Amino acid sequence: MTRPLHLAVALDGAGWHPSAWRLPTARPTELLTAGYWVDLARRAEEGLLDLVTFEDAFALQSTSTTGPDHRTDRVRGRLDAVLVAARVAPLTQHVGLVPTATVTHTEPFHVSKAIATLDYVSEGRGGWRPQVSARPEEVALFGRREVWGDPFVDDEATRALVRDLFEEAGDAVEVVRRLWDSWEDGAEIRDVASGRFVDRDQLHYVDFEGRFFSVRGPSITPRPPQGQPVVVALAHAEVPRAFAARSADVVLITPADNASATAQVAEIVAVRRDAGRTGVDHVFGELVVLLDDDQARADERWAQLEAWSGEPFTSDAEVFVGTPQGLADLLLARAEAGLTGFRLRPAALPQDLDAIVDGLVPELQRRGAFRTAYEAGTLRDRLGLERPANRYATGGTR
Amino acid sequence: MSTPRKQVHLAAHFPGVNNTTVWSDPQAGSHIEFSSFRHLAQTAERGLFDFFFLAEGLRLREQNGEIYDLDVVGRPDTFTVLSALAAITDRLGLAGTVSSTFNEPYEVARQFATLDHLSAGRAAWNVVTSWDAFTGENFRRGGYLPQEERYSRAQHFLDAAFALFDTWDGDEVLADRAGGEFLSRPDVGTFSHHDQHFAIDGAFSTPRSPQGRPVIFQAGDSDEGREFAAATADAIFTRHATYDAGRAFYADVKGRLAAHGRRPEQLVVLPAATFVLGDTDAEAEEIAQQVRLQQVSGATAIKLAEQLWNTDLSDLDPDGPPPSFDPVVGENTIAKGRASVRMHKDPVATAREWRAKAEAEHLSLRELIVETTNRQTFVGTASTVAQAIDDHVQADVCDGYILVPHITPGGLDRFVDEVVPLLQERGVFRTAYEGATLREHLGLGAAPRVMRSDVSTGALS
Repeated sequence: MTRPLHLAVALDGAGWHPSAWRLPTARPTELLTAGYWVDLARRAEEGLLDLVTFEDAFALQSTSTTGPDHRTDRVRGRLDAVLVAARVAPLTQHVGLVPTATVTHTEPFHVSKAIATLDYVSEGRGGWRPQVSARPEEVALFGRREVWGDPFVDDEATRALVRDLFEEAGDAVEVVRRLWDSWEDGAEIRDVASGRFVDRDQLHYVDFEGRFFSVRGPSITPRPPQGQPVVVALAHAEVPRAFAARSADVVLITPADNASATAQVAEIVAVRRDAGRTGVDHVFGELVVLLDDDQARADERWAQLEAWSGEPFTSDAEVFVGTPQGLADLLLARAEAGLTGFRLRPAALPQDLDAIVDGLVPELQRRGAFRTAYEAGTLRDRLGLERPANRYATGGTR
Repeated sequence: MSTPRKQVHLAAHFPGVNNTTVWSDPQAGSHIEFSSFRHLAQTAERGLFDFFFLAEGLRLREQNGEIYDLDVVGRPDTFTVLSALAAITDRLGLAGTVSSTFNEPYEVARQFATLDHLSAGRAAWNVVTSWDAFTGENFRRGGYLPQEERYSRAQHFLDAAFALFDTWDGDEVLADRAGGEFLSRPDVGTFSHHDQHFAIDGAFSTPRSPQGRPVIFQAGDSDEGREFAAATADAIFTRHATYDAGRAFYADVKGRLAAHGRRPEQLVVLPAATFVLGDTDAEAEEIAQQVRLQQVSGATAIKLAEQLWNTDLSDLDPDGPPPSFDPVVGENTIAKGRASVRMHKDPVATAREWRAKAEAEHLSLRELIVETTNRQTFVGTASTVAQAIDDHVQADVCDGYILVPHITPGGLDRFVDEVVPLLQERGVFRTAYEGATLREHLGLGAAPRVMRSDVSTGALS
């Protein structure tokens, strides 16, 4: 019997291929409307997917690593991902909602309460993808730090900067998790006899002091339904992998083949064990996917996108162009490396999401590798992750 | 026929952290579950209200060095809950308080632009300032801003945000499939904003939203605050809900607009108001008295007195007389994170006033606090309340009210069911939403725009 896979879909603009907005099936004038995102999330829910992620960054999209590219042939402009996830939440019931929120320029206190609130408005389906901002132009949007150079230059100064950014990200996730725990689950007592609304003994200062910031706490938002929403982190190099392994509940990796997947999973599991973390070791593989009913049509559509683009598509993740059956073969083979699931990046939206829901999911179900119905419960429940015990709880409350 | 009557504006305040929310009532529900927000917002929309309003507080309040535990505490994130509410309402404006002190303009502008897109033009921003190091301990930069700089930062924060909202004209997205042009020009969103508080450059990543910018609310009663509102805000929150104080405030702020080249209807004056309804006026008064006693328990009376006296009064009997001594003057060290503390401008004079009142009327400390903190604005039958609201609005006490129910989430139900129809009968309240955006509900014209003199396509090198 095949082990069931977890499936996530990464939503961004008109899809991951830069020319996807030109397809007749695309909705390029609706990318800033609520209806577009609601439709995508509902579609993912029809496919019984574990979760969808919403991409984000502060800067305008660009092909340059240091600033705006001033291109007019690609999708530019987008919305705050946490708000998009919240907008979708009341109109869906099952699918997990995982927005990106940057940690480099933001206040962990604000991020903590925003993601906690996402968990409330989705009744336990909230998650968070912390992301560092290495682009120098984003520093200038805030004007608070010294602007640095191209983060993709390989020199010692840049490597040190990247290490700092991920160390700061680690601190940010730690603070956010502490803030989620800063209220015990039973802190709201409403004791009419004593006139006390809360039991202050169940509220805790987090008193974080680090290299980059300090935060006193407690949160202003009570502990969210999942205790701690699910933290998902993308790791495609050594430094981010170490961060993700220590800080995230689900690590996303971009292996090129089974051998590198096996090696990366082992590395992540080892870091987690060293950090004293227990529980399910979720490592999802990343793939850009373009799906069609037959290989020829898929190739043809890919060729059209590439022709429009005028330059070959490049990605940190492997690209799959083919049929749902072919993708199912590939996923099941890749899973042998120890991956527990995949985050698929549709080349074109909504078309390739539709193909995932209508083609890939039934194919995986036929092979006994994917659920046939949602069971009740939170996103953590679906991923088989325990609701975390509260680090501050001393009494019987959990 | 008579001249058309001035129309009443109504809004709903989700009760936040305060001692006026009665959590001990059996009808009181959650203050944090989304179902409560859903109920209150959908009730407000059923009542054709202009908007739903959320306050903010970024640190749990403390008294005597301990977290304050007698009132409702805990609230969700403003942007996140408003965005979720946009999903289950169609026309209701969504107004949130967001501090200009513990945020950065780029991020806040992006969040409001997003909320305006996701609500199809219903976002509003209540700009508040803060300065205290107590709240600052929750943020990266820590104990934060000299008090005298907070309005300056707020004004420059708004200037920066306005510049960002206006970086996109709104017609840049062509999505021309055949021609392969997604955008009409290459320099979209480009900005450069430098002043004494902010030095920011780049490209704003969120295209122009339906309202252009969110509706701007301002609260604050100082001369500085009134001037700030007259220059910049679309609506002003005030505590002046009573007839004489309201008329004076209204005339003052509306009178300031001309100097800024604005017309009186470009600033909507909305006091916060509470209400208690009954089947008869006498019954309403009786319920109101019970509510006051639920709001001010003996323990709450002691705590509220401590905030004025600025000293530990835990040994005091709330059913006995108020303290016979004067408050401790100077910085308030007893209560942290409370705006109300700053409103006691002259604590000694206030305490003397309170003592004289208690003596003259033979009031215990608790009775005194019930009397002096009572902010119940409208008490009576639906008919009495509808008439009072109409009278106040016609007399230019204000343009309408932001209603603060004392029960969550059902505290607005009876008002919407009983008072709104009476206002409609009087011809002073809409019977259907006419506009789609909050600016339209409030009768505001198109949002003003920042002239982008420093940005042009040709400036790109």
